[in-house]
Amino acid sequence: MNNYDIDHIPREELKKLQSERLAAQVKRSYERVECFRNRMDEIGLKPDDIKGVEDLSKLPFSYKSDLRDYYPFGLFAEPMENVVRTHASSGTTGKRIVVGYTKRDLDMWAECIARMLKEIGVGKGDIAQISFGYGLFTGGFGAHAGAEMVGATVVPMSSGNTKLQIQTMIDFGVTLLFCTPSYALYLAEEAEKMGVKDKLKLKYGIFGAEPWTEKMRKDIEKELSIKAYDIYGLSEVLGPGVACECKEQAGMHIREDNFIAEIIDPDTGEVLPEGSTGELVFTSLTKEAFPVIRYRTRDICSLIYEPCKCGCTHIRMNKPTGRSDDMLIIRGVNVFPSQIEEVLLTNGYKANYQIIVDRVGNTDDFEVRVEMNSDNFSDSLGEISRMEKELVSSLKSMLGIQARVRLVTPKSIVRSEGKAVRVIDKRKL
Amino acid sequence: MLKQLSVFLENRSGQLVQITEILTKSSVNIRAINIAETNDYGVLRLVVDDNEKALSVLKDEGFIVKTANIVAAAVPDSVGGLNKLLLSISKHDIDIDYMYSIFGKSDGLAYMIFKVKNPDQLINVLQEDGYNIAGPDALGIN
Ligand SMILES: [Zn+2]
Repeated sequence: MNNYDIDHIPREELKKLQSERLAAQVKRSYERVECFRNRMDEIGLKPDDIKGVEDLSKLPFSYKSDLRDYYPFGLFAEPMENVVRTHASSGTTGKRIVVGYTKRDLDMWAECIARMLKEIGVGKGDIAQISFGYGLFTGGFGAHAGAEMVGATVVPMSSGNTKLQIQTMIDFGVTLLFCTPSYALYLAEEAEKMGVKDKLKLKYGIFGAEPWTEKMRKDIEKELSIKAYDIYGLSEVLGPGVACECKEQAGMHIREDNFIAEIIDPDTGEVLPEGSTGELVFTSLTKEAFPVIRYRTRDICSLIYEPCKCGCTHIRMNKPTGRSDDMLIIRGVNVFPSQIEEVLLTNGYKANYQIIVDRVGNTDDFEVRVEMNSDNFSDSLGEISRMEKELVSSLKSMLGIQARVRLVTPKSIVRSEGKAVRVIDKRKL
Repeated sequence: MLKQLSVFLENRSGQLVQITEILTKSSVNIRAINIAETNDYGVLRLVVDDNEKALSVLKDEGFIVKTANIVAAAVPDSVGGLNKLLLSISKHDIDIDYMYSIFGKSDGLAYMIFKVKNPDQLINVLQEDGYNIAGPDALGIN
C-alpha cells in the first residue's frame, strides 16, 4: 500500500487516470444503482457517452435528499456482504443518512489521510490522539486508520472529558492531535488553567469538521506551539480526508486520483470557469460501496489550479466560505433549520422560531427562540418549564447537541419584509 | 365562578407596563396581580373588574391570555387565620397550584385567591368549614 508518488503524477497522466476511472465508475453505477440509472435514462444518456473527464458535465447531479429517499442502503453499488462498515450523519430532517464502505474503500480513506501525514512529517514514533468523536458519524475513524497506516501510535480518545484529554496528551507524550479547531482552542485554554501547557509535547494538529479562520489557525499555533493543518471531507463523499493541507498550509489538496471536484453555479448548475467561487461538487472515482456522481456538497468555495510549492500536482481547494443551503455547523455538528422545525411541530409548537448562534470564548453558543402560542400556554409556570425541558431534550436527540431554548411572546421574532428571519449567525468566521 | 386572566410575559423591561397601559386605556381596573417568573419568562395573573374586555384588548395587542376559574376565601384577621384556612384545605388533600391575596372592594376584608384543579370542590369544603367565599360583588368585579 505505497501510493505516495501518486501525489506527484504529471497532470496529463492524472487526467488520463481520472478519465479511465470515471468511465468505469459511470458504467458500474449505471448497472448497479437504480437512482443513477433512472436519472441517466431520463436525459437519454448512456454510460458509453462518458469517455473521459471532458464529458463530466453531461452527467446528472446527485443530492443529499437521494440518501433520504433511498434510505438506508438503496444507493449502494455493492451487495451488503461486501460492505464492511456503515456510517451515518444527520439529514435535513429527522431521518439520518447512511453511507457504506467496502474493505478497499476503508483502505482508500486511510490512505488519503496517510498521504497527508507522511507529507507533513508524521510517522513512526509519533503519537496521535484522535479527539474527533467515534461513532456513527465518520469523525475519528479515517484519522485513526490513516495514522496507523503511517506507523504512528494511535490514542483513540474520542471527544469529551477535557481534563482526561489533557492528562493523556501529557502522560503519553502525544505529538499529533486531531479534533475540531474550536476544541483545540478550548484544550489550550484548559491546559493553561491547569498550569500544564508547557508539559505538552504536541508538534502538529489536524483540524476540521467546522469552519475556522486563518486567525484561529494563528491562535491555535501560538497557544499550543504546533503547526495546525486543515482537513476537509463529508461523509457522503468519504469523510474527513477528501482534501488535506500540505506543509505549505495554502489550501487543501484534493485527492484527485479518487475524486474529481467541480465548481458550479448553485442556481443554474452551470460549471464555472477555473478559479471561480461557487458550489463544490464531487464525483468519486474509486469508491465501491457508495459511489457518488456529481454530488452537490452545498459548500461554497473556490479551487486553486496553480502548482503548489510542495510539488504535489493535485489541485487545492480553499476553505469553504459558506453554504448554498441553510445548513449550520454548530460545535462541529451539522444542523438544518428544518430539523428544528420538525421538533417544534411534533412538540405542539408552531414553527415560529429563530436560531441564534454566536461564538462565546471558543465554543458555539446555540439558542433557539420559540414563540409561545395559546395552545401550549398554561397559567402554571411548572407546566411551561416542563414543556420547555421536553423541547430541549427533543432537540438534543434530533440534533445531537444541546440548545438553549428561549420562549418568547408571539410576533416578537424579527420579521423582515414579512418573512421571519430564521437564522442569525453572529460568529465572525 | 370568579375568573382570573393569565398572560405570558418575557422577562424584559417594559412588558408589564405595556400591559398596564393597555388596561388603563380601556378603563379596566386591576383588582389583584401576581407574577410567577423564571430567568427568561413569567406568567402574570390578573383579577380585573371587566374580564371580557381585558381579555379582548390584550389579545388584540398580541398577548397570549388564558382564563381560569379561581376561588377567593376570606382570611380571618387574627393570629393563625391563614394557617387555619390552609389546614382546612390540606386535610381534604386538595393541592393548591398557587395562591395570592386580594382585598374586598367594600367590606375591607382580606381574601386569599386559590387556583386548584377542582374549584367547586374547594368551595364546598371551605363553606362546610364556615369560610366566607367571595362573589364578584365583594371583590368589585362586574
Ligand atoms: Zn501543497
